[in-house]
Amino acid sequence: MTPVINRENILETIRMIQEENLDIRTITLGISLFDCADSNGKKAREKIRRKILRYAANLVKVGEQIEEEYGIPIVNKRLAVTPISLIAAAANEDNYLEFARTLDLAAREVGVDFIGGFSALVHKGCTRSDRILLDSIPEALASTEVVCSSVNVGTTRAGLNMDVIREMGWIIKETARLTAEKNSIGCAKLTVFANAVEDNPFMAGAFTGVGEGECAVNVGISGPGVIRAAVEKAHGQSFDILADTIKRMAFKITRAGQLVAMEASKRLNIPFGIVDLSLAPTPRPGDSIANILEEMGLESCGTHGTTAALALLTDSVKKGGLMACSHAGGLSGAFIPVSEDAGMIEAARKGSISLDKLEAMTSVCSVGLDMIAIPGDTPEETISAIIADEAAIGMINNKTTSVRIIPVYGKQAGDVVEFGGLLGKAPVMPVSHFSSKEFIHRGGRIPAPVHSFRN
Amino acid sequence: MRAVITVIGKDRIGIIAGVSSELANAGINILDISQTTLQEYFAMIMLVDMSKATSSFHEIRKKLEEKGKELGMQIKIQREDIFNAMHQV
Repeated sequence: MTPVINRENILETIRMIQEENLDIRTITLGISLFDCADSNGKKAREKIRRKILRYAANLVKVGEQIEEEYGIPIVNKRLAVTPISLIAAAANEDNYLEFARTLDLAAREVGVDFIGGFSALVHKGCTRSDRILLDSIPEALASTEVVCSSVNVGTTRAGLNMDVIREMGWIIKETARLTAEKNSIGCAKLTVFANAVEDNPFMAGAFTGVGEGECAVNVGISGPGVIRAAVEKAHGQSFDILADTIKRMAFKITRAGQLVAMEASKRLNIPFGIVDLSLAPTPRPGDSIANILEEMGLESCGTHGTTAALALLTDSVKKGGLMACSHAGGLSGAFIPVSEDAGMIEAARKGSISLDKLEAMTSVCSVGLDMIAIPGDTPEETISAIIADEAAIGMINNKTTSVRIIPVYGKQAGDVVEFGGLLGKAPVMPVSHFSSKEFIHRGGRIPAPVHSFRN
Repeated sequence: MRAVITVIGKDRIGIIAGVSSELANAGINILDISQTTLQEYFAMIMLVDMSKATSSFHEIRKKLEEKGKELGMQIKIQREDIFNAMHQV
């Protein structure tokens, strides 16, 4: 091929990276830990440590090389492992804190930003091991730096495990209490799922599912700033043109993600898994999902029309992205982490977005209630009820939903809490003052829904 | 391996000479050059072949960055694949 410089394309890419914050949000290495199980807990932990070091030793270096050679920032390098409740089960121990510490040390040794997988899949019931893991979560999150935890409490096929949902209210409150001096930051590392996926590269909910292979490179794209700039250019145009504009831009962003994933896979000699087509915001100016929705013509995110705008945005991102990558996976939905999105923070501050509206948005395509600060004295049953509502939306609509909520110790509605870095800051949002206690204390399971008669 | 070098900044004498002498020193062959003005800025784009490069990508990027500082321009080098991936179906 004769060398051709396509000036417009080159300058567009450079503008996307420099002015519109195009980046790859994460390269997440999924590692199966099944062969690390051992009846001796100490031995199991040593095997886990060695396996992580073996597979992930070069992850950060390779990530940085790709960043340099392609000139595109890769914000995070992460690990996702098999849910620890499955691996630790054989060890016959009464507390999994040491497993969390092992993950933390190994992750820090290889220099990754986070490791996910201090997890339990308990949508139908709990094993003894699941129970130990659940009980270990608050202390594990309080005593480690980079370990993330997730719990799957329901699926469309199994219904909702309301016993665990009740417990999660306590676990979240306890985590908030134990990390009180850091604005209850421990809760930012804990996600409660319905219909959790096995190849999610995003935190706090990343883990390597039981159907996954030995290891895989999964990549999460980013790029709200690029989409916002494209939407700005389609100002005043019909929805047809708007949708098309977003699709085209999503194609380009995802292609960058696919390229990075393939390159990382080649250099690490680890198979490529998936590209997650979620747009991930950051608190940086111009990197906001809320601002995209506002650019579409809404005065402030959260007003009437926001759910429709989000539906169009996410669907268009998926349509453009699907063609650009060989395998899409993970969550592939909209992330609306309130504290991590400057536009959302502003909308929450001026009262244009509420918990109720955020919940409504999750019924179309938002992945869940994410990084929402609520008053520290919120009763644990209310937190459980928030989780139950969200999980019900996931269960009925056959989609993944999640709750990452922070009852900030000692804070009231209207206070503003700083989490720092990518986690941003959040105005504390009010919750309903009416009790859900009796409902939550019923216990048992909410049966799986009927799949016919959809309405 | 081919790479794209972009030089963006206020126009001045010696930009092409400065950049191309760095490239010659590093054993990099220039395949094509294109230049344009972008609002009040000057933008030069070079397509280069690095298959016979005598130093690593990292060293070359550092050298070009230093050259950029000297010339008061922003100089970037990126592998060509990213532009092809993003803009070709």
